[in-house]
Amino acid sequence: MIQILFYLTATIAIFSSVMVITRANAIHAMLYLITMLLALAFAFYLLGAPFAAALEVIVYAGAIMVLFVFAVMMFNFTKEDIEHEQQSIHAASWFGPAILASIILFELVYVISSSQTNIALTRHLIDAKMVGIALFGPYVLAVEIASFVLLAGLVGAYHLAKPVQVNTVTNMEENAIKKEQSSQPPTAIHADNNQQKSATKKFANN
Amino acid sequence: MMPIPIEQGLLLSVVLFSVGLIGIIARRNVLFMLMALEIMLNGAALAFIVAGSYWQSVDGQVMFIMIITLAAAEVGIALALLIQLHKRSTRLDIDELAQMKG
Repeated sequence: MIQILFYLTATIAIFSSVMVITRANAIHAMLYLITMLLALAFAFYLLGAPFAAALEVIVYAGAIMVLFVFAVMMFNFTKEDIEHEQQSIHAASWFGPAILASIILFELVYVISSSQTNIALTRHLIDAKMVGIALFGPYVLAVEIASFVLLAGLVGAYHLAKPVQVNTVTNMEENAIKKEQSSQPPTAIHADNNQQKSATKKFANN
Repeated sequence: MMPIPIEQGLLLSVVLFSVGLIGIIARRNVLFMLMALEIMLNGAALAFIVAGSYWQSVDGQVMFIMIITLAAAEVGIALALLIQLHKRSTRLDIDELAQMKG
């Protein structure tokens, strides 16, 4: 019964992951990705890792996918973009890399399935208590470093997503200088580019 | 109660990894490449969980938590980058973005 459930879950996960990389519409791909994450969470549960399953649902299918959804809402893809995406999927350049990656996949499948160990996983439950004891015991340094990584990610994301400052102080000063220069009559000695442009504009106006 | 053989868990993780790899190579939209990257990360995480279940040790799940932490940080920064790239190329086409100067 457990095996049948695992086969079903694995089929759903593989099918939805294939759908993710073949959709042209970003929202559809994201929904399939969420389906894949939920199927994987159930697979974790079947493998005796209920804490990891809960984390997969909460953090991955919850938080990370909400980030994706908000990003796609900001991108505002139009119908033309989706059609362009559809055409790029059907392009001939798609097949070469896919065939090469499939060859790698078949090699890996052959190596794993030819080992003939056939050791069944005993359903030994590893609950959240044991994971927590390990996290704050031998792995405490890794947890601290992970907190550094999250802080760096937060600062980096804030800095990168900031809108570009258009009217900085230096820009305003430069504009003021340009205005002063263009108001002066152009002399032959100090004829830099800006003044030449303003002079031509004046001639055009005249 | 037939338990799951270890090969089948590893096979699922390998298939997911390869599908994500195909997605990264074949797609030209950076957003879809990011989603394919998430599929690859989940394949690797499943391999860790299977190994932890096989050795009956906690380390597999601890590594899974590290992977999820890294994925969260990576997605945050990558989506911020995509928001900036969206101003240069509306379609987020990697071939267009590769020809940026400066």
